[in-house]
Amino acid sequence: MISDTLTLAERALVRLPRNPDMLLAFTVQPIMFVLLFAFVFGGAIETPGYGDYIDFLIPGMIVQQIAFGGFATALGLAEDMTKGLIDRFRSLPTARASVLAGRTLADVATNLLSMVILLVTGFVIGFRFDANVPEILAGVALLLLFGYAFSWIFAVIGMSVSSPEAANGVGFILIFPITFISSAFVPVESMPAGLRQVADVNPVSTMVDALRSLWLGGEMGNSLWLSVVWCMVLIALFAPLAVRKYRLSAGA
Amino acid sequence: MAFSEELAISAQGLVKSFGDVRALDGVDLAAAPGTVLGVLGPNGAGKTTSVRVLTTLLTPDGGEARVAGLDVVKDAAKLRSRIGLAGQYAAVDENLTGIENLTMVGRLYGNKRAVAKRRAVELLERFSLTEAGGRPAKTYSGGMRRRLDLAAALVASPPVLFLDEPTTGLDPRSRIDLWEAIEELVGDGTTVLLTTQYLEEADRLADRIAVVDHGHVIAEGTADELKSRVGGMRLEVTLTHCAASFAAISALESMSEEPVHADGELVVVQVAERSGAIMEAARRLSQAGVGADDIAVRRPTLDDVFLSLTGHAPADEEAAVEAELELVVA
Ligand SMILES: Nc1ncnc2c1ncn2[C@@H]1O[C@H](COP(=O)(O)OP(=O)(O)O)[C@@H](O)[C@H]1O
Ligand SMILES: [Mg+2]
Repeated sequence: MISDTLTLAERALVRLPRNPDMLLAFTVQPIMFVLLFAFVFGGAIETPGYGDYIDFLIPGMIVQQIAFGGFATALGLAEDMTKGLIDRFRSLPTARASVLAGRTLADVATNLLSMVILLVTGFVIGFRFDANVPEILAGVALLLLFGYAFSWIFAVIGMSVSSPEAANGVGFILIFPITFISSAFVPVESMPAGLRQVADVNPVSTMVDALRSLWLGGEMGNSLWLSVVWCMVLIALFAPLAVRKYRLSAGA
Repeated sequence: MAFSEELAISAQGLVKSFGDVRALDGVDLAAAPGTVLGVLGPNGAGKTTSVRVLTTLLTPDGGEARVAGLDVVKDAAKLRSRIGLAGQYAAVDENLTGIENLTMVGRLYGNKRAVAKRRAVELLERFSLTEAGGRPAKTYSGGMRRRLDLAAALVASPPVLFLDEPTTGLDPRSRIDLWEAIEELVGDGTTVLLTTQYLEEADRLADRIAVVDHGHVIAEGTADELKSRVGGMRLEVTLTHCAASFAAISALESMSEEPVHADGELVVVQVAERSGAIMEAARRLSQAGVGADDIAVRRPTLDDVFLSLTGHAPADEEAAVEAELELVVA
């Protein structure tokens, strides 16, 4: 099971450097977003309590990027379904869970890569931690857990649609608003009433708040443990659903 | 009983429904070790569903099947290491190179990386893919993909191999290459179940043919047995002038109990015996003053078999392409 999972994770990762469009999505695109947000919106957005907008922005941007990290899983699974690879894997004496486990594990690696790219970009334009090493590492661990939870959501999306193109569309339409109606890019206090309530209960906000307090200091409140609970709940909901979909996809 | 006397593939009364669609409605199949069983049928007949049941991908609603001496449901896990499957669509990872694809499959069979790689190199060589082995599979032609897919099915040297429409969509040259590869495998003692919509493919490769339609096996036997079921020989006369077809029909009519068919210059008469038929036809035609460019007797083809068994011709290329488009859209 473990070696099957690693074999399949390796196979999912090889895809990245060989697909210019995916490579761009995981490297250049986040850098571009950071620069656009920092310099186009930066001057207009007040972030009371944080040194400047770049400090405020980087944790939010990393959370957003990581929420999308599972896209590779959705695209990959949708492709495997349409191209008959799932049938091949099933016909092999391979642990059945390893197809999903391999994909989501590969996402952890790409999420780590995105995180490094965004942090380096952040440092270049002036982002600074206000935290000790354990706090920084706790933030990294929390992000990976969060990314892993979202990978299972994407796994369900990938197996619910009929083509990789549809996976792309559905994934974008579902996840994009969730990351935007949150505290990722602007303080929720600046939002109109209805939207603000949504942003307050959004797990993305909880996650961003926890990360900001870990990396930048400030009030932790209960955002840290709430984030962990959110991730666990998402995994508990979507992982079994993904496994079920995977089983049913055979038409058994 | 010695294993060699046992059937390599046997299925009795397989039933499988998808909602309202009864894809398999009591399918029986049998293949002796080292032989090729051709499963011939039009689109939607239930070929893929049969293959998926026999390769443990689907659990049947009813019936029983054994492959390589193992029950496809109860011994599914064990069976998977004894079968190879090349599905209807070449299942290769386009982002991986040829050698990476085969190495991955070897590793999923539980082999160490070095062992898997050695086998991959061997298989690439065997399927003339050595040169392309280092390129991503997305750069491969349709024929190369199919060969890579077949190679992937052979990684564990399985005694029983399932090939679902292995040559659909291939150009004639690649089709013949693949036929030769399959024949070589059978020469080495592999049992093969091959599905196809092409009658000539079943005729060339299969020892026995099961004709399926609407989830049933409607006929089973060797190609010769199936052909003789359609009865007699066909006497075909190509007239010099199609205007003479009425005269030709009345001259030849009494040679057969069946009605004579005419289509342009071609006149077809069913005859019971080959011997003497051509001479007799030539004599009658010259007596009636009808000119003929060609007179021949041929045995019925599998096309004729299919037509007489099902009342319709097997799905033609156009219908097949349409069905594939539907799949892509759905
Ligand atoms: N997973 C599925 N869900 C619903 N219907 C299916 C499924 N697989 C096959 N069918 C239906 O079962 C019938 C047999 O299909 P199939 O075995 O693919 O035929 P063939 O391979 O001979 O073209 C068709 O009517 C097809 O639409
Ligand atoms: Mg089919």
